[in-house]
Amino acid sequence: MKNLILTTAALALTSSMAFAESHSVVRMGTEGAYAPWNFINDAGEVDGFERELGDELCARAELTCEWVTNDWDSIIPNLVSGNYDTIIAGMSITPERDEIIDFTQEYTPADPTAFVAMTEDLDPANSVIAAQTGTIQAGYIADQGWTLVEFATPEETIAAVRAGEADAVFADQSYLAGAIEGQDDLIMLEQTVALGGGVGMGLRESDTELREKFDAAIQSMKDDGSLNELISKWEVASLFE
Amino acid sequence: MMECLDTIADYGLRSIGIGERLLPRENFTLCQQFTLIGSGMLWNIYFGVLSLLAGFFLATAVALGKAARNPVLRKSSEWFIFIFRGSPLFIQFFFAYFLFLALKGQYPFFDPFTAAWLGALLVLFLNTSAYTGEIFYGALQSIPKGDIEAADAYGLSGWSRFRRVIWPTMLRLAWPAYTNEAIFLFHSTTLVYFSGFPAWQQKGDALYYASYFADKTFNPFVPYPILAGYFILLTLVIITLMGRIGARLNRHLPQEAKRTRFRFRPQLIR
Amino acid sequence: MGFYWSFLTVLTLLAITAPLALIFGFGGAIAARSTIAPLSWFGKGYIAIVRGVPDIAFFLFFVIALDQGIEYLRHKIKCPDWPDTIRQGNDFIVCQAAKMPLGNAPQWVHETYGYFIAVFTFAIVFGAFAGNVLFGAMRAVPKPQIETAEAYGMTRRQSFWRIIVPQMWVYALPGLGNLWMVLIKATPLLFLLGVEDIVYWARELGGTKTPRFTDYPHGDWRVWYFLVLLVFYLAFTRLSEIVLDRVMRRLTAGQATSGGEAQRRAAA
Repeated sequence: MKNLILTTAALALTSSMAFAESHSVVRMGTEGAYAPWNFINDAGEVDGFERELGDELCARAELTCEWVTNDWDSIIPNLVSGNYDTIIAGMSITPERDEIIDFTQEYTPADPTAFVAMTEDLDPANSVIAAQTGTIQAGYIADQGWTLVEFATPEETIAAVRAGEADAVFADQSYLAGAIEGQDDLIMLEQTVALGGGVGMGLRESDTELREKFDAAIQSMKDDGSLNELISKWEVASLFE
Repeated sequence: MMECLDTIADYGLRSIGIGERLLPRENFTLCQQFTLIGSGMLWNIYFGVLSLLAGFFLATAVALGKAARNPVLRKSSEWFIFIFRGSPLFIQFFFAYFLFLALKGQYPFFDPFTAAWLGALLVLFLNTSAYTGEIFYGALQSIPKGDIEAADAYGLSGWSRFRRVIWPTMLRLAWPAYTNEAIFLFHSTTLVYFSGFPAWQQKGDALYYASYFADKTFNPFVPYPILAGYFILLTLVIITLMGRIGARLNRHLPQEAKRTRFRFRPQLIR
Repeated sequence: MGFYWSFLTVLTLLAITAPLALIFGFGGAIAARSTIAPLSWFGKGYIAIVRGVPDIAFFLFFVIALDQGIEYLRHKIKCPDWPDTIRQGNDFIVCQAAKMPLGNAPQWVHETYGYFIAVFTFAIVFGAFAGNVLFGAMRAVPKPQIETAEAYGMTRRQSFWRIIVPQMWVYALPGLGNLWMVLIKATPLLFLLGVEDIVYWARELGGTKTPRFTDYPHGDWRVWYFLVLLVFYLAFTRLSEIVLDRVMRRLTAGQATSGGEAQRRAAA
């Protein structure tokens, strides 16, 4: 808890007084169950790529930030009803989401989607593919006409492959890489699919000023190369050119 | 209106794999939400009706077992009821799925058990048997002594005494509580895909489709109330049907007595 | 650590929800009995509708609705001359003073608030069930008792509070006891309401941990964590059964029921 309030920026510097009043603390909403993007560490705190990125962005934008976790299923409804101010949870920018909320510019390029299976020779069309319920991956498998089996959590999708319920898991490459590390029985296949856009921070559509601040902060991290450093440190995606 | 009929034709049976293969992706209409969630209700009804019917018989056996003098029979019935009534259904689903997976690895016989249509049905069946068994046991204990004495006086004994006197009286006494159990059972069917068993080819129950729409439209205030509406209807149907059966069970009683019997909902709602 | 705390979370939830649900149920039952038609419809509607909906479905949308409802009311009171509309497109925006809790409140205030919203939601759901039980119990009090009270010149109100309410508990207790058991078993749904309960932690801690993100890597241990939960629930159920049994025996004493009669005879 003591680390939650990280930056005590001088609020007097913020341009508009109304803004300062409404955002004296910016609440950062994340899921806390998607390593290496965001997860709960041994001390029970939010940790991961997005924790480090978010703290740095807040420092650059001179904002006081606080971390909040929320279930993935209701992460957007809770943002629009004002329970926190941003979503920073590995959320891909998609046109559907963009209709409901606003996104900053992307802070990682699109993460390719990959397969993890027990054997190298997988033919997706004739296999059972596991995915998390309601993800864009699940939608893609359905689109392709492959046999889809959906599980409530990503953990269960991997367990299903090991138990022989499914032939492969279809999920973000960075998640799979972390999940199968140190486990010899599962293999990541070469084949990848580009799904969705890059990952950005989600904000309420009415919160233009806050979005501009984060946009500028992300731009400055892109410009001085510190964003690429973070990305390669956590191995979450490919680097920006 | 015509459009909506098309939607019903396309998605009305989607939950059992008939009709359009792909779920709607954009421009979600209210009609689509009503149709697909309604289509999912088929699974809730399937799970509820079958486990209730099968559970009825096991419950009678368990209730008799718990009332039996034989200690083995009594203890095993007591433990069966305790385990299934004492733990959340959610955890029962988890363990059942895990167990079936392990068994499947050993014996091919268990192959279909990891699918919801059989595995979850089995869990719901055992679960409702335990709850109903306890209700029936309570009713068995409160059968008026006079009824049994009268049966003895008529020279009834053994099976015929059970079938003609004890069993009908037990049902009559247990009926209001059993109605509640039936309602709860249908409600618990929503847990099947939500946290227990995987959904294949996007074939799921009403809650599965409701959360699909909530996820895609980012608006929980439409699909979940639709789901709630369907369940309120279903509950009304259950209450009506069970009320009819209950009235039939009580048809020999004088009208006034019937009312007093039914006035109080006793003992064990779940 | 969170795992151990979460047991406490669940127990406090039960401790607060049970009396609150009883109050809601009592209110619902009184409303349903009322001679004023709209009030009676309200009571009956509350009991019938909330009972008719699966609790998961209710939890999935009610918490956000409740939260927005509270903020909407506070907004109307605190910022009467707010120029913008509250719903701007998809956004739900109220003035800062109306935020619940205030936007800059520390995280623990937010968590506590979320927790109480969850408790309140549980209480509404189980209040409907309790209302159903109490409504039945009130009607189960033998008619002659009430007729006698009337003969003594008591008003409807007096006979309700002095005759029905003290006597109804013995009829209500089996149903309420069962409701308590159901409530215990509904607590795993708490994680749906955004509270970090035992199921949340069992999943979080039991899930596979690879060496990259933790000092204590392990495989899929969820089975063991869930086994702990299973034992916890079974033990808690057993304990509740014993306590309820005692209470029932005490309440039955001196009542005009077959149980009370049996006790009297055994003592004599």
